Amino acid sequence: MASRKRGAADPAEERELLSAGDVARTVARMAHQVIEKTALDAPSAPAVVLMGIPSRGAPLARRLAARIAEFSGVEVPTGTLDVTLYRDDLRRRPTRPLEATTLPEGGVDDKLVVLVDDVLFSGRTIRAALDALREHGRPRAVQLAVLVDRGHRELPIRADYVGKNVPTSRGEDVAVLLSELDDRDAVLLRRPLDPTGEVTP
Amino acid sequence: MNKTLLRGVRLYGEGDPVDLLISDGVIAEIGTDLADADAEVVDAAGQVALPGFVDLHTHLREPGREDTETIATGSAAAALGGYTAVFAMANTDPVADNAVVIEHVWRRGREVGLVDVHPIGAVTVGLGGEKLAELGTMARSAAGVRVFSDDGHCVADPLIMRRALEYSKALDAVIAQHAEEPRLTVGAQAHEGEQASRLGLAGWPAAAEESIVARDCLLALHVGARLHVCHVSTAGTVEVLRWAKTRGDAIAPQATRAGIVPQAGRPGISAEVTPHHLLLTDERLASYDPVNKVNPPLRTEADAKALREALAEGVIDCVATDHAPHAVQDKDCEWAAARPGMLGLQTALSVVIETMVRPGLLDWRGVARVMSERPAEIAGLSDHGRPLEVGEPATLVLIDPDASWTVRGAALASVAGNTPYEGMTLPGRVMTTVLRGRITAHDGRIRA
Amino acid sequence: MRHLLSTEGIDPATALEVLDTADNLKRALLGREVRKLPTLRGRTVVTMFYENSTRTRVSFEIAGKWMSADVINVSASGSSVSKGESLRDTALTLAAAGADCVIVRHPASGAAHRLAGWLEEAGTSVVNAGDGMHEHPTQALLDADTLRDRLGSVNGRRIVIVGDVLHSRVARSNVHLLTALGADVVLVAPPTLLPKGVEGWPVTVSHELDAELPTADAVMLLRVQAERMHGGFFPSAREYSIAYGLNEARLRLTPDHAVVLHPGPMLRGMEIASAVADSPRAAITDQVRNGVHVRMAVLYHLLAHEEEANA
Repeated sequence: MASRKRGAADPAEERELLSAGDVARTVARMAHQVIEKTALDAPSAPAVVLMGIPSRGAPLARRLAARIAEFSGVEVPTGTLDVTLYRDDLRRRPTRPLEATTLPEGGVDDKLVVLVDDVLFSGRTIRAALDALREHGRPRAVQLAVLVDRGHRELPIRADYVGKNVPTSRGEDVAVLLSELDDRDAVLLRRPLDPTGEVTP
Repeated sequence: MNKTLLRGVRLYGEGDPVDLLISDGVIAEIGTDLADADAEVVDAAGQVALPGFVDLHTHLREPGREDTETIATGSAAAALGGYTAVFAMANTDPVADNAVVIEHVWRRGREVGLVDVHPIGAVTVGLGGEKLAELGTMARSAAGVRVFSDDGHCVADPLIMRRALEYSKALDAVIAQHAEEPRLTVGAQAHEGEQASRLGLAGWPAAAEESIVARDCLLALHVGARLHVCHVSTAGTVEVLRWAKTRGDAIAPQATRAGIVPQAGRPGISAEVTPHHLLLTDERLASYDPVNKVNPPLRTEADAKALREALAEGVIDCVATDHAPHAVQDKDCEWAAARPGMLGLQTALSVVIETMVRPGLLDWRGVARVMSERPAEIAGLSDHGRPLEVGEPATLVLIDPDASWTVRGAALASVAGNTPYEGMTLPGRVMTTVLRGRITAHDGRIRA
Repeated sequence: MRHLLSTEGIDPATALEVLDTADNLKRALLGREVRKLPTLRGRTVVTMFYENSTRTRVSFEIAGKWMSADVINVSASGSSVSKGESLRDTALTLAAAGADCVIVRHPASGAAHRLAGWLEEAGTSVVNAGDGMHEHPTQALLDADTLRDRLGSVNGRRIVIVGDVLHSRVARSNVHLLTALGADVVLVAPPTLLPKGVEGWPVTVSHELDAELPTADAVMLLRVQAERMHGGFFPSAREYSIAYGLNEARLRLTPDHAVVLHPGPMLRGMEIASAVADSPRAAITDQVRNGVHVRMAVLYHLLAHEEEANA
């Protein structure tokens, strides 16, 4: 997961990977992919629910659900799944505030759960999410949708739906801005400057 | 060598520098450009000469707690602090409530020889507050006890206190009272006020001290005896003393027993204040560090201010250290479990300079009065607190008024290190202490 | 947060964060069959109780266990403590043995502060579970949490605290926390049960309970300890009960939304009438329930972050 500090004031070189328009188009494309892959508009379709991982996975899941409803006429229930308590890196970071977990009506038992997050990086957040999800029921299957896949996986985890693949270096930071939480929609690539003010190679 | 020449000192910090020639324990000559081929010369240019300090309230812990202080280490601390006489409190183990313990302390003090150690006798047997100790036997012992105190405990029973005061008249002695009404201080931990209320420390009301001081003043006046109030800590006690002294100062001490010579001019009611009550307040308690735990407790800034003013005015007669060494395990623990008390001998002068001299409340003559002359008078010491004049005992202290030093408990001469001034930089430094012509301490070192 | 020693001087934002965490934990565990989170796996929490308090110790123990910490209980009897070992040595021993957090209940005010000083180098966190007459910060947090549940918020509310304020660490912690969170706190007690110096606290002081009830959003009753009843602080239990006990008639003086809190254990019939304690207005069992979540939140904020040395 990318840094929480979206408005970070640290000196950094910044490049826009996706504009507001790009974000909207990407979410729409992902909605189509979900509809196609899950066949959720088919008569014998499995019940699909979207579980957004806070912070930005949550609004992303709601946007995705709205597009899916628009394109397929099927209202997909959404929920949020906070994974903080299941993380294995709590002792490597400052205290993280907990966020809400809200299950969609009907729960997740026997559902096809699509986890939704903004950035897929090491895969540890998703591992934590799978643990967290287990506490809430037994889904029939779990899939993963991310707006950006930036590589550098540390676990055997792969997304089923990817908005955009972005090759990055480890020192870089991918920041997803969503108007529900930020001042606009965008995806930014930040490259931290070293203390001399030079761009790190 | 029995001659010493002190060069360039200012007597009582006044006038031009003079030389002081000491010979055979007395001040032989005062003048400029003195010379004596046989004399050890001490260059003391710019230093202030005062009569050697007298501490009416010292805990030397021997016998019983030699792991915290001994008569030897306590004497060293005293000499380094500019003292030439100390009064050793009776709350040792065994208690100094009989001539045997008293004479042991007295003799041991003489053997060490760095300061005159005067044992204080207990007022009641075992400090129990119930039965008078053999005051007469202690008075007539080799130590010639003239100060009695149950310090650490209050002589709370008014009848016992009355008897002690009355009985001491025949001994030309003074009863030094630790004024603390025990029923009002059950479990008490800190000055009763806002700070204690926030810290959840059981309150130690000022009235517990003031009520006993008032009672004892009335008793002393009633029976015509001499009362000394230990470690005054509240503004209210100052008010009580102010009232009592307008009545009490005139009392002539009586001595009827043969062999006990009364001294003229000794006060009927006298009082002491500790350096820590002049400087420190209960604001320091927030850390819960028991180095700040003391009996009576640190009070408020308003109290400290009243004490400083009372000392300047003479309502409080003198400064006494209540030097109270404690072992690490008795201080490095939770507040309630800690023992009360703090070191004081080596820091007293600097704290008096900080709180009294610097703000202009006392000049050097005033320092001589509150740290030497008046305590000597109260205790009936004829050879301390004497004027710095030719023919007088060479019992004096030289002070560098412009120096400053940083207090380190570990560097103090006491076995224990429980100083509340750790890390503080304080003004003034004792350079040389002279007891009857002999240099006992010089430039921070003991002369054995 | 390294330690939780007191609520005096607590930053309201920090307090609210802890309360929010508690609420989230409560929701995270709601309706679960298995109430176990892996969050503090591998962390060792030691409770050190020098006073008996089953309810507080158990609450901390459950909190630690629900978060998968290893919880070890040390009681003052039956350990080296009863053989005269100093608090300092006991604490250093536990730290050296690997305790990440020590939860201490001690009869001496300031004991937790001293402990935190001694454990500074070891890096062990200290939670004050009640020190003498000083503070009991997790009790105040759970009270605030309960008030938020019942009243929506603490800010601007009028909280009447009744009883033995003088000896109460619960009262002190609540005064600091509730006023920091914007509440008006009224202390009601006979003058003998109010500390001298209370004039300097950020509260209103009253001796008339009936006069304060009509404007109360919450009434918090303090325990009157048996030893106080015989200590001459008031003439008799009956007289105390008449003047300061919360009975049904008094409850009717409060607004309909007013909540009744009691830190327990209760003296029914004396501090509080049974009918009041069991009425829907009483939040006493909520307090106990919230206590677990608040203590989980405290452990989370103390233990689930990087070591400060690496920060």
